[in-house]
Amino acid sequence: MSFDPVAIRRDFPIFDRTIRDGKRLVYLDSGATSQKPQVVIDAEVDFYRLHNAAVHRGAHQLAEEATDIYEGARQSVAAFIGADIDEVIFTKSATESLNLISYAMGNAPTGNRFHLKAGDAIVVTEMEHHANLIPWQQLAARTGASLSWFEVTPEGRLDLSKIDSVITEKTKVVALTHQSNVLGTINPLEAIIARAHEVGAVIVLDACQSVPHMAVDVKDLGVDFLTFSGHKVLGPTGVGIFWGRSELLAELPPFLTGGSMIETVTMTGATWAPAPRKFEAGVPNMAQAAGLAAAVKYISNIGIENVHAHEVLLTKYLLEKMSEIEALRIVGPTNTDSRGGSISFTFGDIHPHDLGQFLDSQGIAVRTGHHCAWPLNRKMGVPATTRASLYLYNTLEDCDALIAGINDAQKYFGR
Amino acid sequence: MQLDNLYQEVILDHYKNPQNKELASDNDAQVHHVNPSCGDEVTLGVKLDGEKIASINWDGVGCSISQASTSIMTDLLIGKTLTEASEISEKFLHLMQSKGSEEGDADALEDAVALAGVSKYPARIKCALLGWMAFKDASVQAHSAKEN
Repeated sequence: MSFDPVAIRRDFPIFDRTIRDGKRLVYLDSGATSQKPQVVIDAEVDFYRLHNAAVHRGAHQLAEEATDIYEGARQSVAAFIGADIDEVIFTKSATESLNLISYAMGNAPTGNRFHLKAGDAIVVTEMEHHANLIPWQQLAARTGASLSWFEVTPEGRLDLSKIDSVITEKTKVVALTHQSNVLGTINPLEAIIARAHEVGAVIVLDACQSVPHMAVDVKDLGVDFLTFSGHKVLGPTGVGIFWGRSELLAELPPFLTGGSMIETVTMTGATWAPAPRKFEAGVPNMAQAAGLAAAVKYISNIGIENVHAHEVLLTKYLLEKMSEIEALRIVGPTNTDSRGGSISFTFGDIHPHDLGQFLDSQGIAVRTGHHCAWPLNRKMGVPATTRASLYLYNTLEDCDALIAGINDAQKYFGR
Repeated sequence: MQLDNLYQEVILDHYKNPQNKELASDNDAQVHHVNPSCGDEVTLGVKLDGEKIASINWDGVGCSISQASTSIMTDLLIGKTLTEASEISEKFLHLMQSKGSEEGDADALEDAVALAGVSKYPARIKCALLGWMAFKDASVQAHSAKEN
């Protein structure tokens, strides 16, 4: 089957509606959240309509069906990222996943490999989303560990020239993004992983912007932990994934405690169930897990490689068209080498908020502001940018609409 | 087009030629406010002459709405008493919360009624209020500094 974004759009009911007085919806904000195909909406609705019960308990048919759907969803997600099933943990969001690992490390007692103390170091990068920065700032503050980071070059790439002095014998964890939500940069992981493992540190990969857009196999990558959100990969909101290598999950203490995550409980203490349940306290987000499973199956049927190739094509097209617009400055790599379809830019004197408002009046949805990466914006010398982010349902027509919108905005605000 | 209600000529004029946009060094109070959702920033100082507002001066970065609204606000409130300024500010806040149902009191708000269209765009109301909230904060601080 050849890749046909127009046919794909028909699977997404939102494209049937119009925007701002009858305009065609040009959705270029998938970096913030993706739209949902009908199969995902159906999976979530069907769970509530036909199978709703609390998983892992209840001696009745509905509980059995709910458990089968929930654990089946875990299997689907595991297959999608090349993981073992017991390594896949459902959280409410990628943000929660990153807080899970950082708080769990903070809970690690002396002697545990995840224990942090003054003298230890946490390494991040300047291009992190706040969700993969602030939890580590907080962990450093709680434990006395130091926080250091890889800098970003003016071209929007990680500066690895000082890798041996950024990751040192003191480093216990290196947390970084796979693909920048602002720059679109896809980070080279091999050297960073090799250096981290050389000093005995673990790698936590924020894959929110990569898993939806390119083939990600956790075993091939060689990372230790990986997180992503469901709603950016065509799934529902309220579900995220935390993946870890099984031997590491066995040693990592829990974050949230309560029902479902225990082995035995007395009035004075408790022991933990093995992963994944150790990290899934409470009745989980079952309907959302079902929706996420439908999403990754939908993508797998199309082929993630095809999705990626389509996005590369659109990104290349858009980058070329943008380079022809005077006063437009792309903030991030200007070619498609190791780059995804998140394109941030500034445009002359027109503030991103005003440009975004104008584009909205044309039915074009973009993101404006600092994109939850304030330190990166400062580093790149821009208070805010406009971001167009692409996905499988975008077309060349969408790209042309954006370019026309940018040019029209210049006329509008130049009056 | 509907967008013209938002971007009225007077707003774009103030954006291009902002008034009182130069920080003074002898303010009675100076504050720094940000809009965390978009990164807009304003630093604003107030100087009082008794109950009267002798100066409002500022610097900042942000969209046309936040910059124009701050500029218009300074033009409007300089020379007023703190009580008058507070009444005008309340009227402006009310206009911003009107969801497009009101045109604003042109006698009290003067050029600031040009911002009425903002109230139809919930995401932009914070932009329009950034400078006004900074003024409120700074004027309270300036007033209590004078009293002590």
